[in-house]
Amino acid sequence: MKTAALVADLVTEFKTNGRIVIVGASLAGLRAAETLRDEGFNGKLTIIGDEKHEPYDRPPLSKQVLKGWVRADHTLLPRTRNVDAEWRLGVAATGLDRSSKQVRLANGDQVPFDRLLIATGTRARPWFNPKEATLEGVFTLRTSDEAAQLQAALAAKPGRVLIVGAGFIGSEMASVCRELGLAVTVAERAEAPLVGALGGVIGDIAAEMQRDHGVDLRTGVSVEALEGDAKGHVRRARLSDGTALDVDVVVASLGSIRNTEWLEGAGLATGRWGVACDAGCRVFDINGVVTDSIFVAGDIARAPHVLYEYQFLVLEHWDNAVFGGRVAAHNMVSLEPDRRPHLPLPAFWSGQFGVNIKGVGVGPFGDEIVITQGSVKERRFAATYGRRGRIVAAVTFNHGKWLEYYGAMIERSAPFPPPPPGYDQAGDMKPIPARFPPPGVPTGIPDVVLTGHDPTDRSAEYRPKRR
Amino acid sequence: MTPETAYAEAMKFENRANPYPFFDELRKTPVARVANGIYAVTGYRELMTLAHDPRVSSDTSHSPLGAASAAGAKAEADHMKAYGRAMSMITSDPPDHDRMRRQAMRHFGPPHTPDLIESMGSGIQLLCNRLLDKAKGKTRIDIVDDYAYPVPVAVICKILGVPLKDEPTFHGWIYDFMAGLMDMGPEITTDEGKARAAKGKESTAALVQYLTELINRFVREPGESMLSKMVNDDGPDGPMAPRDAVANATLLLIAGHDSTVNTIAHCVLTVLRNPGSLELLRGRPELIPGAIEEVLRLESAVQFFPSRSALADIEIAGTVIPKGSAVFLIYGAANRDPSRFPNPNKFDPERRDNEHFGWGSGIHTCFGGPLARLEVNLALETFLRRAENSRLVVDPPPYRQSNVFRGPRHLFIDFDRIRD
Repeated sequence: MKTAALVADLVTEFKTNGRIVIVGASLAGLRAAETLRDEGFNGKLTIIGDEKHEPYDRPPLSKQVLKGWVRADHTLLPRTRNVDAEWRLGVAATGLDRSSKQVRLANGDQVPFDRLLIATGTRARPWFNPKEATLEGVFTLRTSDEAAQLQAALAAKPGRVLIVGAGFIGSEMASVCRELGLAVTVAERAEAPLVGALGGVIGDIAAEMQRDHGVDLRTGVSVEALEGDAKGHVRRARLSDGTALDVDVVVASLGSIRNTEWLEGAGLATGRWGVACDAGCRVFDINGVVTDSIFVAGDIARAPHVLYEYQFLVLEHWDNAVFGGRVAAHNMVSLEPDRRPHLPLPAFWSGQFGVNIKGVGVGPFGDEIVITQGSVKERRFAATYGRRGRIVAAVTFNHGKWLEYYGAMIERSAPFPPPPPGYDQAGDMKPIPARFPPPGVPTGIPDVVLTGHDPTDRSAEYRPKRR
Repeated sequence: MTPETAYAEAMKFENRANPYPFFDELRKTPVARVANGIYAVTGYRELMTLAHDPRVSSDTSHSPLGAASAAGAKAEADHMKAYGRAMSMITSDPPDHDRMRRQAMRHFGPPHTPDLIESMGSGIQLLCNRLLDKAKGKTRIDIVDDYAYPVPVAVICKILGVPLKDEPTFHGWIYDFMAGLMDMGPEITTDEGKARAAKGKESTAALVQYLTELINRFVREPGESMLSKMVNDDGPDGPMAPRDAVANATLLLIAGHDSTVNTIAHCVLTVLRNPGSLELLRGRPELIPGAIEEVLRLESAVQFFPSRSALADIEIAGTVIPKGSAVFLIYGAANRDPSRFPNPNKFDPERRDNEHFGWGSGIHTCFGGPLARLEVNLALETFLRRAENSRLVVDPPPYRQSNVFRGPRHLFIDFDRIRD
């Protein structure tokens, strides 16, 4: 009774006088800020963002913005309420001092906090050759500014566009190029587009879609070099199969890099793979012990997932940012037993070549696939992924209304393959290998080593990377 | 009370104004066998699951009920043989359902027809105002006949290309269809009920004949209406076959206004029934869209639709629905499931988490929902703004026969005056 009253007092006191800093003026950061105010947090709230823009929405950047329907600076996120925050935009966070509880900024400022939310997300992986990356006409796409530049380049009717990498973003950009009537080559190292997320069976279908729409799709090749003209504009690309292409625009769509460098040395469980946290968004320290004042949400949060054998997963999905931000915010202003878990059923969507692709679950966790409903030929179908006799993911092409059904099965760990549908069955319902590439092998020397001898004295230690 | 009894009571005409206590009883078994070969689903989660299960069919030829009525309709519609047995999208499964829905949606909503619904707004507003202008000088109107009905029927006629001058004719046919073929209650087996059913079949045949002639005319003389475009358009799925177009025209004409009438009437009824709501919504009209969703949760215009059946044994909530059984997804009951909606019987215009089944769920989700939302919003907002000191004359009002498409037959309202 007495303890409960004490805890209630603590929460009230924190909601009144606490200081919260959110690093990342992003989807996750904004929704977290709104939730904090919704939950009655009246203390000081600071939101730090390295871009000068207010929080904006990214999915349109590779679609409506590139196509020229919507201006790049017109995708600001709608606000659900006034957040009454101090915005520090256009200045990156560069460090975290956990003992003095301060975030260091690029301009030298120190921002003190009682609770911190890390929502720094990811950035586009740059072209691997720094010199070639500076050629005019070479782009990446992650931010609003990058989208504005690429859109202008496409609107100028370039000769041939080369997109390196056929993940979701690369494929969406190729689709836009074709809609704009531009000649486009897509170079992909894997056997087909989208194989990382959806496997080779679906990848083959995606490859057909690209070719049917006039994309010059080249798989199993990498781009080894870019060459510029005298004015420093990219004009030629050399591929690993010995061919060369004349190009005016090159987009490196090589995936993303997690923005965790600013946390190096802060003593948290962070690295190339993200920021490790529990299912309540609380960040682990470098020893794997959960912290009580540092939280993480969005693309870099790596949490154990009950549906996937408690493996630590990052989910770079839009709604993971929204719901993760909300749960993190709730838990920042709550104490046991009022804290909540963030247990999302992963969900994502894409639009390309006139097809709406939607998925739930984690496809690469599975090893088999069965196409259940609809018609692959007509590009409207549903497929499910399984592993050891249970369903772990589903994907639909122009068939999203059925996802609810498969989502519920994934949540229940229902048997795989699922029972045959009563109508519009896609085939013989026999599972086949889903053909995911083997998981990437981590390279390089580990950043963290275990030190100490006495069991009570052992701890992990950060060894700065040689750069 | 056994599920059988609770279901029978909920379906009885005498309980039409308030079937909900019986639905509450029925929900104690969220999926229950309620009659020979019929399973009623009243739990929110169970309904959501089954609405999305591809082993549940909407093709009435699979249903023990539908097979019987389809056979009956076939026998009586022999003169229509040229058109064969055509099913509308609401009583079809994929891929036919998907194709027809695409063929119809091309001429109704985005991405191909993004402006149609919005373009109806000014006409709807004008009509609402005219109907209330007519009530100036009076102190009583029937919301159903004098306000809720004329708006959606005029709108759907305009969109589909059905001549509004024929409204007096098809109004009677649709009335008979509702009373005779959309009554799943015990009264339908009485002599009176059998006569209603017979009249319903006769009138439905007449309506289908009327729309057949209309569609034939559009095939011969293409025009700008939705039905004409459906049978003439050369989209990726081709034009809709005339026999499919007749079936879907029947569906769109009936569902395109009847449920809207019931929803407008239920909105007025619910707002006036709950003290303080009128003032709240008048003072904060931005709450009206949410209030309408709340009315749809409480008084779903389509309480259930008796088309579905199980194509396999389906185990759910401890019950096995045997293959071949009719499956009634009772939206009106699931929408008051206390495990999903706190205080489920309370009208809360500011309820936030309100993902109700008033528009259905899954692939058959209401085709005309966006149009209905626009109509109901304008009608309710205009009424609340212009009718001064309005109050119910009788509560509950008299209800129509159908327990599927449920709504007041009349809704008399007294007011001091109609404002300009």
